[in-house]
Amino acid sequence: MKYVDEYRNSKEAKMFAEAIARTVTRTWTVMEICGGQTHSIAKYSLQDLLPPELSLLHGPGCPVCVTPVELIDKAIHIAAMPNVIFCSFGDMLRVPGSSADLFKVKSKGGDIRIVYSPMDALNIARDNPQKEVVFFAIGFETTAPANAMAIYQTKSENIKNLSFLVSQVIVPPAICSILESPQNRVQGFLAAGHVCTIMGYSEYEPIAKDYKIPIVVTGFEPLDILQGIFMCVKQLEEGRFEVENQYSRSVRKEGNLAAQKIIQEVFQIIPRQWRGIGEIKQSGLGLKPAYSQYDAEVRFPCEFHYQENATECISGLVLQGLKKPNECPAFGKSCTPESPLGATMVSTEGACAAYYRYQTVQS
Amino acid sequence: MCLAIPGKIIQISGDDPLIRTGHVSFGGIIKEINLAYTPEATLDDYVIVHVGFAISILDEKEAQRVFDTLNQLDSFGNSEERLQ
Ligand code: SF4
Repeated sequence: MKYVDEYRNSKEAKMFAEAIARTVTRTWTVMEICGGQTHSIAKYSLQDLLPPELSLLHGPGCPVCVTPVELIDKAIHIAAMPNVIFCSFGDMLRVPGSSADLFKVKSKGGDIRIVYSPMDALNIARDNPQKEVVFFAIGFETTAPANAMAIYQTKSENIKNLSFLVSQVIVPPAICSILESPQNRVQGFLAAGHVCTIMGYSEYEPIAKDYKIPIVVTGFEPLDILQGIFMCVKQLEEGRFEVENQYSRSVRKEGNLAAQKIIQEVFQIIPRQWRGIGEIKQSGLGLKPAYSQYDAEVRFPCEFHYQENATECISGLVLQGLKKPNECPAFGKSCTPESPLGATMVSTEGACAAYYRYQTVQS
Repeated sequence: MCLAIPGKIIQISGDDPLIRTGHVSFGGIIKEINLAYTPEATLDDYVIVHVGFAISILDEKEAQRVFDTLNQLDSFGNSEERLQ
C-alpha cells in the first residue's frame, strides 16, 4: 500500500539505526506518547535495532487504557438497561470494570453493538426510534473530531434517542504531568502524529521550552519512528530543546482547522481522571452546556461509590513509563489478553498487550 | 485507537461540506468516508482516515523527506568510509 510499505524497508530502518548509534555519546531515555507507536515498536522489534545507550519508555497514549474504571462501570450499568442499545468501539468490550466488563453484559443478552465510526450510532438511533441509543465516546484528540461531529449532528438533526458517554482526553497536560513527577526519567518525547494532525503542534512549543525537553512529532511506521528517535537524539546531543515535525506528510503546524472548529463547538476543557494515574488538571474534554442534553451521564444518572480493587496490576506505572510490562508479576501469568487484569493488556495499543503479542523481552 | 491509515479517494459524492463523503480505497478494500475535515480533498488524493473520517491529505512532497534524510545519511556514511 502506498504511504505504508515504503516506510517499512528493513535496510533503510538499519540505516537510521546506525545513524542513531553514531550520534549517541551517552545514555538517553525517550518516551513515545502514543500506543500506536508502542505497537509498532513491539511489532517490528525496533528497540533491538537501537544502541544500548538508548531506552524507550512507553507513554499513556492509549485511550482504551486510560478510560477510568468508574466510567467503565457506568457503561456496564447503562448497557445492561433493557431499553438501551449501547454502541462502542470493539476494544472497550474486554476492558475490566470493577467487577465485570461490557462483554459479560453482551453475553447475558445486553444489546451492545460494535461500531467502526461514531456516525454509525446515528444510523442505529434513526433505525430504532423506540430505543435509547448510547455511544461510548472515548478517545484522544485524534478521535475528538469524529465524536464531536456525531454529537453536533445529533443536535442539528434533533435526534432525541441518542446520547454520549464521553471520556475524551488530551495529550499536552499528560506530558506535563509526566515531566513534573519526581520520578520522571523521560528526556525527550515522540509526540503522537495523528493527535498533532488534528491539533497541530504550537501548544507543544512552550512545553519544550519550559521543561527543556525535545519533542518530535512522529508517525507510526518503522522508518517514521526511527527517524523521530534520530531527530530527538540529535537534539539531546546538541543540547537543543525544540519541537520538530517528522510526520510532515500529515501534520501541519496549525493542525486541521475544520476539525478544531467542531471540537470547540461541542467540547470544553475539563479535569479528567486517567485510569491508574489519577486526575490530571485540564486534561479532558467534556460536553459544553449547550449539548448537555446529549450527555449519557445526565440522561442515565447513577450513583457509584466506586472503590479501586486492589490487584497486582501495575498498569498505572506502565502508563507513566515508570515500569515496563514484563516487570509486572502478573504479566503473561495471571494476566493475558484472554483474561486481562488491566486495560493495558486489552487494547492492541496497550503496552502490555503489545509486549505479550510480540513477546518482546527488554531490560 | 488513534490508528489511522492512508487510503486513496476514488469517488466523491455530495457538496454539503459537513456531509461530503468519498469512497476511499485501502489497498483495494473500499469504505465510505466522511470528508468534512478535508474540504479541499479531491479525487486521487491520499487521505489519513480515522474512525470513518479523513483527517488529513497526505503531502506527496513532504512524504519524500524521510528518504531525503536517508540519502544524506548514506552519503555521510560513504564519506566516512572513505575517510577511514
Ligand atoms: S501485565 Fe496485566 S496486570 Fe500487569 S500491568 Fe499489564 S495489564 Fe496490569
